[in-house]
Amino acid sequence: MAYLHKEIETMPRDQIEALQSERLVWQVKRMYENVSLFKERMDKAGLTPADIHGIEDLGRLPFSYKQDLRDYYPFGLFAVPMEEIVRTHASSGTTGKRIVVGYTRDDLAIWADCVARMMTGLGLDSKDIGQISYGYGLFTGGLGAHGGAEQIGATVIPMSSGNTALQIQTMVDFGSTFLCCTPSYALYLGEAAAEAGVQDQLKLKTCILGAEPWTEDMRQAIEAKLGAKAYDIYGLSEILGPGVSGECEYQCGMHVWEDHFIPEIIDPDTGEKLPAGAEGELVFTTITKQGFPLIRYRTRDICRLDYETCRCGRTHVRMMKPQGRTDDMLIIRGVNVFPSQIEEVLLKLDGKVTPNYQIIVDRVNNTDTLDINVEMSEALFEDDVKSIEKVERTIVERLRSMLGIGAKVHLVHPKSITRSEGKAKRVIDNRKLH
Amino acid sequence: MRIQQISVFVENKTGRLGEVIHALAVAGIDILALSMADTTDFGVLRMIVDDPDKAKTVLREAGMIVKSNHVLSILVDDQPGALAGLLEKLSRGGISVEYMYASLVRKQDKAMMLLRVDNTEAAEQLLGE
Repeated sequence: MAYLHKEIETMPRDQIEALQSERLVWQVKRMYENVSLFKERMDKAGLTPADIHGIEDLGRLPFSYKQDLRDYYPFGLFAVPMEEIVRTHASSGTTGKRIVVGYTRDDLAIWADCVARMMTGLGLDSKDIGQISYGYGLFTGGLGAHGGAEQIGATVIPMSSGNTALQIQTMVDFGSTFLCCTPSYALYLGEAAAEAGVQDQLKLKTCILGAEPWTEDMRQAIEAKLGAKAYDIYGLSEILGPGVSGECEYQCGMHVWEDHFIPEIIDPDTGEKLPAGAEGELVFTTITKQGFPLIRYRTRDICRLDYETCRCGRTHVRMMKPQGRTDDMLIIRGVNVFPSQIEEVLLKLDGKVTPNYQIIVDRVNNTDTLDINVEMSEALFEDDVKSIEKVERTIVERLRSMLGIGAKVHLVHPKSITRSEGKAKRVIDNRKLH
Repeated sequence: MRIQQISVFVENKTGRLGEVIHALAVAGIDILALSMADTTDFGVLRMIVDDPDKAKTVLREAGMIVKSNHVLSILVDDQPGALAGLLEKLSRGGISVEYMYASLVRKQDKAMMLLRVDNTEAAEQLLGE
């Protein structure tokens, strides 16, 4: 059994909790002093840092939300002066404003360490060659996995996503032993390798896959196609990026690194903490991050936590695959998409488009597809085909710049979008993700 | 001569075109000429009918998206070279044809050409109407 930090990873629960308590008290105090929104909420709840003695007081602390990141865009929630921030990442937001996060040098080290723990646990080390095929850039996937792979001393290939033929060639020529990307892209690469007839030339043994929901069936398909074990990694940029939790060799839930993050499961309606093992909304508190810390952040992911010590010997709690969302967010090709973003694009077309539209998400050949049916209206209709096609193209272009992914737009017959009780069903997700 | 044309949005789906034609048939509207412009997703059905106002009402009531505009209707002899002559005339006058379709007028041995041009007035003057 390989551990990066055996003492931490196998720490008895009482010690984990003592460490969390100490770090939580530290975090609450510095956030109260440095983050105006947090101070306001504490004041409103009649709390001061002196009231927080340890994790037993966690439930008294105010929640934080994705909306906070929009309201304080771009740097308003950072807890250190900008000169200490060495990196930012961002993802798309519902109002066209991105969600921006920041890291200090220490934060980046913590991030790399979290990813490295998972990699080490899976038996990867400096003899391995890692192909990072997540997108590099503002998205946390590429650089997040990259940091962990460098930390373990592996030879890193910063491929980024796309250009499948080159990915396969690199995998063969460089002898990549592990791959980091989205599960759907891994499956796609597996099929491309089969098509190119190079499956038996692959040296791949491990795939670390995340950023979108996937099923056990998909895992089996990926493992068969690439001839390598596939492991789930979880994260969200608000908390860290990939590496908040990850599977060990037993593939029985993702270990949350509890010396850095305290997970809770709450009832999304009442905000009440649920008993261990119950399914509910996942909430995270970051207790070591300095640049952009969050207390009780509502992830909107629905899942379950298992505190049983794992067969791998790690005591850190395992989170099961998220089983859905408490909001309407879709994850399409690893990108977070809110239906409201699509609606905003449609309604901005000089009132030409009626709000009768339908978003259809599917998975075809292991790639997510996004189709948008828009009901034709008299205002939009012209005798001239070219001007209608121009409207279609405008919608596609605006969606691309808002969401960062491509969509297909179809103009359909008026009233052809099914309505139940007069209301159109806005989103149809035909993927089987859970 | 300017003539009123009806354009209908037709989603590219089995049965959609039939619904439009059926609605006109039930209302006793005669189609004199028609053409269909199509793309991958949808088509635009253009028609000359005997009662355009009634046709619009009937189609709208059937839930269709309808627009009307004017096109040029020009009779040419039903013989080789007649259409070529017409087009040459327009071209010399600097007028572009955006689209065109035809219908035979049997009783007169003529063809009714329906043209959408970029400058209807200029075309009318040029063709001496």
